Formats: sequence, structure tokens, C-alpha cells
Amino acid sequence: MKKWIPLILTATMAVWALSGLHQPPETGFHTREFGKLPVLMDGRFQPFDSVARNSFLQIRTKQTLDTESNQTLSATEWLIEVMMKPEWADDRKIFRIDNGEVLALLKLPENQKYYSFNQLRPSADEIQKQADRINPIDDSKRTVFESQLMKLYDAMTLYQRLEISLKPPDTDDFAAELIAYQNSIAPGLAAMKARAAGAKYDHDAFNRFIGYMSAFQTVAGYALPNVIPPADPDSRLDNWQNIGTNLLQSAGTGQIGPPAQSYAAMVTAWRAGRPADFNQAVAAYHIWLEDRFAPQVKKARQEFFFSAFEPFYKAMVIYVLALVLALCSWMNLSEWLRRSAFYLIALAWVIHTFGLVFRMYLEGRPPVTNLYSSAIFIGWGAVILGMILEKIYRDGVGCVVAGFAGFVTQIIAHNLALSGDTMEMMRAVLDTNFWLATHVVTVTLGYASTFVAGFLAIIYVLRGVFTATLTEQTAKSLNRMVYGIVCFATLFSFAGTVLGGIWADQSWGRFWGWDPKENGALLIVLWNAAILHARWGGFVSRRGLMIMAVIGNIVTSWSWFGVNMLGIGLHSYGFTDAAFHWLLLFVASQLAIILLALTPLKLWRSFHNKTPNAA
Amino acid sequence: MLKTLFNAFSSLKLTVACLVIGCVLVFWGTLAQVHLGLYKAQNEFFRSFFVFWQPAGIGLKIPIFPGGYFLGTVLLINLLAAHLRFYQPGKKKIGIMLIHLGVVLLLVGQMLTDALSRESVLHLRVGQAKNYSEAQRSYELAVTDTTDRRSEKVIAIPCGLLARQGQVTDSQLPFAVRVKTFYANSDLSEKSADGFQQVPTTSGFGNGFWWRETPRETAMDRVDMPSAIVEIATAQDGPQTFLVSAYLEQPQQFTYGNRNYEMLLRHERYYMPFSLKLLEFRHDDYPGTDIPKNFSSRVRLHNAQNNEDREVLIYMNNPLRYSGLTFYQASYDPDDGGSILQVVRNPGWLTPYLSCLLVGAGLAIQFLCHLIPFLKRRLA
Repeated sequence: MKKWIPLILTATMAVWALSGLHQPPETGFHTREFGKLPVLMDGRFQPFDSVARNSFLQIRTKQTLDTESNQTLSATEWLIEVMMKPEWADDRKIFRIDNGEVLALLKLPENQKYYSFNQLRPSADEIQKQADRINPIDDSKRTVFESQLMKLYDAMTLYQRLEISLKPPDTDDFAAELIAYQNSIAPGLAAMKARAAGAKYDHDAFNRFIGYMSAFQTVAGYALPNVIPPADPDSRLDNWQNIGTNLLQSAGTGQIGPPAQSYAAMVTAWRAGRPADFNQAVAAYHIWLEDRFAPQVKKARQEFFFSAFEPFYKAMVIYVLALVLALCSWMNLSEWLRRSAFYLIALAWVIHTFGLVFRMYLEGRPPVTNLYSSAIFIGWGAVILGMILEKIYRDGVGCVVAGFAGFVTQIIAHNLALSGDTMEMMRAVLDTNFWLATHVVTVTLGYASTFVAGFLAIIYVLRGVFTATLTEQTAKSLNRMVYGIVCFATLFSFAGTVLGGIWADQSWGRFWGWDPKENGALLIVLWNAAILHARWGGFVSRRGLMIMAVIGNIVTSWSWFGVNMLGIGLHSYGFTDAAFHWLLLFVASQLAIILLALTPLKLWRSFHNKTPNAA
Repeated sequence: MLKTLFNAFSSLKLTVACLVIGCVLVFWGTLAQVHLGLYKAQNEFFRSFFVFWQPAGIGLKIPIFPGGYFLGTVLLINLLAAHLRFYQPGKKKIGIMLIHLGVVLLLVGQMLTDALSRESVLHLRVGQAKNYSEAQRSYELAVTDTTDRRSEKVIAIPCGLLARQGQVTDSQLPFAVRVKTFYANSDLSEKSADGFQQVPTTSGFGNGFWWRETPRETAMDRVDMPSAIVEIATAQDGPQTFLVSAYLEQPQQFTYGNRNYEMLLRHERYYMPFSLKLLEFRHDDYPGTDIPKNFSSRVRLHNAQNNEDREVLIYMNNPLRYSGLTFYQASYDPDDGGSILQVVRNPGWLTPYLSCLLVGAGLAIQFLCHLIPFLKRRLA
């Protein structure tokens, strides 16, 4: 029976992971279908679903909303409400504010985590005043209060822009309004002409037309996603417009295009609570788009599928399970536990890889393009190393490393995703797939392997001090693992650093500029080289090697995150102050482990009764 | 004695010590950038033999830590000495040899680059042609004889000479240029303001200005703006003093012995034996964002010496390499009507590429040397 447990467990988790692909047919409003519609935002085509998820993450730090009536709103359902019935959305408690000073400034109760737009509305002027003052201050020089207030300000701006992304404010039956607008164009233009010529003109026709124009002008100026495709499918990307610009232009042709009419029909149907009409409008628009913009529709659908499948989240859950099983396997040295852990890690890795490759396909880029994707990729590389170690040594250590690395890097990635779209476009200087694929990938693998070595060393210390499971054999194999991985890390971080220098030479004429990120990479190379030379010279014992490897963790976390927090140099692209606290905490934990490692061996449970010659 | 010294310099302990001290230096130097700015921190920590500590109030500079040059040199000596001492002929060590040879080349190459490379800037408006680039941080005082507008003679006095506040003579100049006051970095204002003093000059258009000395710039993206009062020692009507400043775009004019002169404090110029003319500058953002997608400059390269005349497109990650200089797309004018190219002369630019190849080959050999026996054991 025990022989079959690993396979059964893995199959169960595989079924669970794949079950997300099957979604029951929608009843009521087909919001998922709406979520698949392609729009142009942040310089790239994406489905409404992604606009909703990324905006919701930025505002609320979550992708769903539990309402007071115990319903769960998906991000898209929320976005539809914001765009189509903002008067309802304004009461939803979605703005996350954690900072006490910000709450005090806005005179808001402290016992809530989330606040509605209507709660914030009375303080809008105060927030604007503060933001105007803070805006010129450099990101890195802002106080916690200042950066938190700017975060709220940005979230409110985003929210308000989304509110007028599909219709002008205070419009109820948008479809009817558009017909009225279309009918007002000819008489309105005639009246304008007559007025300009100083002749008698129809005041009503003039005012009605001007009224529409000024409402659409507001939308044109602030609407966020460009939802209206160009009339000519072969024209440039820039020609996608927001609905306001499109309606203003309609005055010239006298005709309102099918996309604007479709969206107006959706707004009207949704506001009137008529699911059948809404669904019909969405379906008809899908067909219309499919005929003309097949590639964009396809890309939006693929991205929708990717978000719905959540490969990284699923991989994370399985990694955790594997980690727990692997840790248990150390307690009772049970082979079936270890094997279960190994199979589960392999499964999670397959899902992880699928997500990684799918993302690369969606973006048309190598795996690492920003801090978020570096976390995903570091985890991926570390899991491979863990699996190789497990394959060679078969003692559960590789499984623990892989499970832990997979889990933690996904958590880090999730938190990094809170700052916005993770598939954002690359700035001109970074826009080169060749260097992203070589320099960035190798350097990131260097990070991953240094972390693996450090984590192996932590296992050595913790098992040695707190358990009696660090046998001579385990200690020896851990020693060999750390040494091998450090060699590997030196190779990758050196190659990656030099490749980075060559890229810099190619793009701005300087092989080396002592930029903080470059220095961070150099630190890893120097430290790894120091470890290797110290070992070759016999200056460090087994324990010394472990301590040096743990310091490697500090060095790597510093180059990965710390240098971005300095806010200087060409590489500083992702500052997050919450991350700073975590970094400090991480460094403190590593120092604690080093202290632990320095305790006399007679206090180590594993060496209690033995001669400590081994260490 | 020599033997002990040699042993010390070739020891692995020294290597480890250098590497660890290197880590500390790099970390410290990176942190220092927050306060000192990238440029100054780079000079104090990495492009120096020692890191100095300067206690406030005392004019003393106390060396407290080895700097980049010192550490690099020791590491280099250590590497070479260790190879002399431990060198063993044979296939086994080829990998290790190649790796370290690559590292040596990298170190030497970077030191050469530091010593020999020169960075400057070529700012072109659309339609403009230039045959010189300008240093970003250093200035020169150009004294031009403009009597014959067709063949102007220019004498350029480097800023370093001005800073010594002495008298500058040149065989080409019939008068001496005497520096009365020199501010390496300054503010200049047309109105009186707190801390500003009126510029005391006798001639030219300096009188209307107010100025003050300011601390030297240390950030990478800002440069010093020097100003000075110089005196032209003329025999006939007594000394005349003029204001020259990096803020002033118009030259000061004067006559001496029936000849007309102009004087301008400008960025130091490096002349090239060819010219570049900006034909077109393009700057695209991603639709609906302000994220730059691409910058490019279409230029015409004209070299009268060999009648070369062709169009070149310079854009991000695609520089122009010509006659020992490399031109990179660096920046642009806010109105998109001009382009700023970074001009780099670096005779050692190939060394990192070579060292990368050497280290790569070394690592591959080393890896194979371990892998093949391992596989053989496995298969046997």
C-alpha cells in the first residue's frame, strides 16, 4: 500500500491543479466573457480581466472582494461595476490604508482595513494638497507617511480614471444617449457654423451638441484603457482609442462605430439589470472583433486563461505540501514520505515551468524582465538544483530545499505583483531579448544557486543544533552539496556579471560603472570566490564553510533587493518599503543562524555524545 | 627575507583576505553612494589607493581602508606570484590557468580603461554638424583672436590651470591672463539674493551679475558650473577684469593691440578628424504610456581625409564605432529637436570580451575534466 501513496497523492494534486481549467457555464451576466475582451493599456494588449486584476491588486492588494451580503466579487465583476455603475462601486470598501498617520489626516476610523471611495471623498482636497507637495520629492527621500499617502493618491487616481473609462459621469441609458448624440451631430454642426458666421442659429441644437462634446472630452482626457479598435485592422497600435476620443471623432463622420455602440449596449443592459441583453451585446461584439482583430482577441483569451489557471499559485500550494512531507520524512526516515515529497515537487515544477513558459510566450520575452519575474525564475532554478541534489543523495535534503525555495519565491513574487502590471513594457535600454536572455538569466541563476548553498548550510546548522539527525554521513553529504553548489554559483554569477558588463559596454560605453546593481553582482562573485579559495586553502572547516554559505544568503538578498532600495543608479526599478522591513528581518534571521552555528559543538544535539572531530 | 616576502605574496590566505576586504569595500562604497553620489563615491572608494577619513576641523586625511586600486594591484601580484609558485605543467591545470589568466586580463584591462578611456558628449540639434565632442565635467577658457573672421585662432586654457589662480601666458597670446577669483562651482544671478555678492569686474557685461561659490557637485547627473574673474593685462590702458562663467553663453569681447578677442568659459572640446551631422532624431513611447520604446539618431558621417560620406543610424544598444571612438544614444532634448550622444574613447574595450572567452574556456575545460572521469566511473 505504502508503495502507492506517493503516486496517489501526486495524481490527486494534479487533478486539483487541472480542475481550475474547467469552469461551470456562467449564469446571469456573462462577466467572464466580458473579461476576455481585448483592450490596449500600459502599451500592450490585455483582456479586461487583467486590467481588473492589476488595478484591484494595486488598490486593494487582493484579487477578489467579499461583499457584505456574503457574495464574492471577482476582479472583473468589480471593474464592470466601477465602469458601469460607479454610484454603487463608490460604497465598496476597497481602498487599503494601513498607515495611522494617513488615517489620522483623513479623520478615518482606525479599526478598518479597507475604506470606500465615499469615505475618502470629503478629504479629496486635502489628499490633493498633500500629493502636490510630495510629488516633487524623490521616491527614496519620502517618509513612510509620504509614500503611503502617494500610494493612496495613486490608487484613487486609478479608480477615478476607471470610473469614466466606458461612459461619461451621470449617464444612465448610455445606448439611448448615443443615438441622441448621433442625431444631434448634423444640426449641432449646422448651428455652430451659423454661429461662427454671425447668423441666426438653433440654440437648443447648439447646446445639446456642445453638452455631449464636453462630456466626451472629459472621458477622452481621463479614460484609462483604450477600448475602441481602429476602423482599419492593419493600422498601427497607437490607433486604438479610448471611448471618449472615439466619440469626439464621430462628430466628423456623423456615424458612431460598432465598438462604441456595443459597449454602450452593455452599459445600458447592465445598469438596467438585463442579463440577456448584456450577454447578447458581449457575444456580438466578440464576433465582430474576431473577424477583424483575431490576433488581439487570441492574445487576450490566452492571457485570460493564464490568469484563471493561476499556475504559480497552484505550484506554491504543492511546494508547501511537499516541504511538509519532506520535513516529516526526516523525523521518521520514512521512504514513502520522501518519495511523495519528490513526486509532488516534480509535479509543482512542471506546473511552475508551464506558467514560466506561458508567460514568456505571452510577453514574447526571456523569462526575467523585472523583479517579479526574477523571483519566479530564482525559485524555478533553485527547485531544479534541489531536485538534482535529491536525485543524487536521496536523503530528503534536496526536497526540503526545493519545496522551501519554491514556496518562498512564490510568496515574494506575489507581493511584488502588488505594484501593478507584471508584464509591463520594457524601457528602451532594456529592450533587447539577447541580453535579457543571457546576462539576466545567468545572473539570476547565480542568485538562485547562492541561495541554495546558503539554505543547505542552514539545514546543516538547524539539524545539527536542534536534532540528532545530523549524522556523519548527512554532514558529509551536506558539505559536498554546499561545495558543489558554491562552484556552480561562482560560475553563473561570474559569467552573468561579465555579460552584464559587456551589455553595458554595448549600450552606454562603459564596461563597469560601479552602479549599485553591478556592485551587488560583484559582491556575490567575490564572496563565492572567497568561499572557494578559503576551502581550497583549508582555512575553513566544515562548519566555517557553512557559516560562509549563510553569509552568502545575506550578500545575495542585498544584491537582489537591497540595492534597489538605495534609489540611485540606472538599475533601480523597484522600490518597496515593505520589502525593506522583510529584508532587515531576513538579515537578522541569518545572523541568528550564524550565532547558532558558532555555539560550542558540545551544545549541538547531533554531536552531544560524539567526538566533535567531524565538524 | 625575499623568500618570505614571495611566500606571503603568493599565499592563498592573501587571496582570501583580498576577496573578503573587496567585499567590504564594495559594500561600503555602494552605501556611500547614497550620501556622496555615485561619482564621488566611485572616486573615493574604487578609483583610489586608500579610502580616507577626514575628521571635521582638522586638515588631515587619514587612510583607513585600502581602496580599489590598492586591492586590485595586490590581487594581481598575488595571482601572478601564486601561479609562479604553484605552477605545474600538465593538462589538469590548464582550466585553472585559463580562468585566472582571464581574471588577470580583466583586472589589467579595467585599470587601463580607467587610465586611458575618455568620455565626452556630442550634443547635436537636428541639422547641426560638429567635428568635436565636449567633456561633461571639465571646462576650458577659450581665448579667440577674431580679427580675421575667416581664420580665427583659438587658445584653450584648461580649467585646472585657472583653478591655481595664477597667471597664464602663452606664446600665441600677446598678453597674460591673470585669474583673480575662481569658483569651481558657483551660482550666478541677475538679481541680488541672500548670500550673493555683486561681481566686481571693470569691463564686459559681468557687472550686472551677482554670484556666490557653491560646494562641488558629487551626483552623477549634475555637473559643476564654474565662474571666474580674469584680468587681461594690457599695457596701454591698465588691467581690465572680466567675468567668465559656465552660465554665460555669450563671449566677453575686448581689443588688444588693434586685434579683437573673445573669451568664453566652455566645456572642454575634443576635436575629431571627421564630422557628424544630425539628420533626424526619433523618440517613440509605447502607445498610451510615457515608457520610452526607442530613441534613434540618423546622422551623416563625413570624413574629408578619405572622402568618406555615409549615413549611420545610432540607437539604443546599437552604437557607432568609428576611428577609435564609440558613439552611443544617451539622451535627447526635451523638445525632441536634438540628440545627445555619449562619445567614448576606450582603447581597452576589447579586454573584457577576451577575458570572458578565456574564463569561459577555462571553466568548460575544468568542468569537462571532472565530468568525464565521473561518467567513466559511472559507465564502468
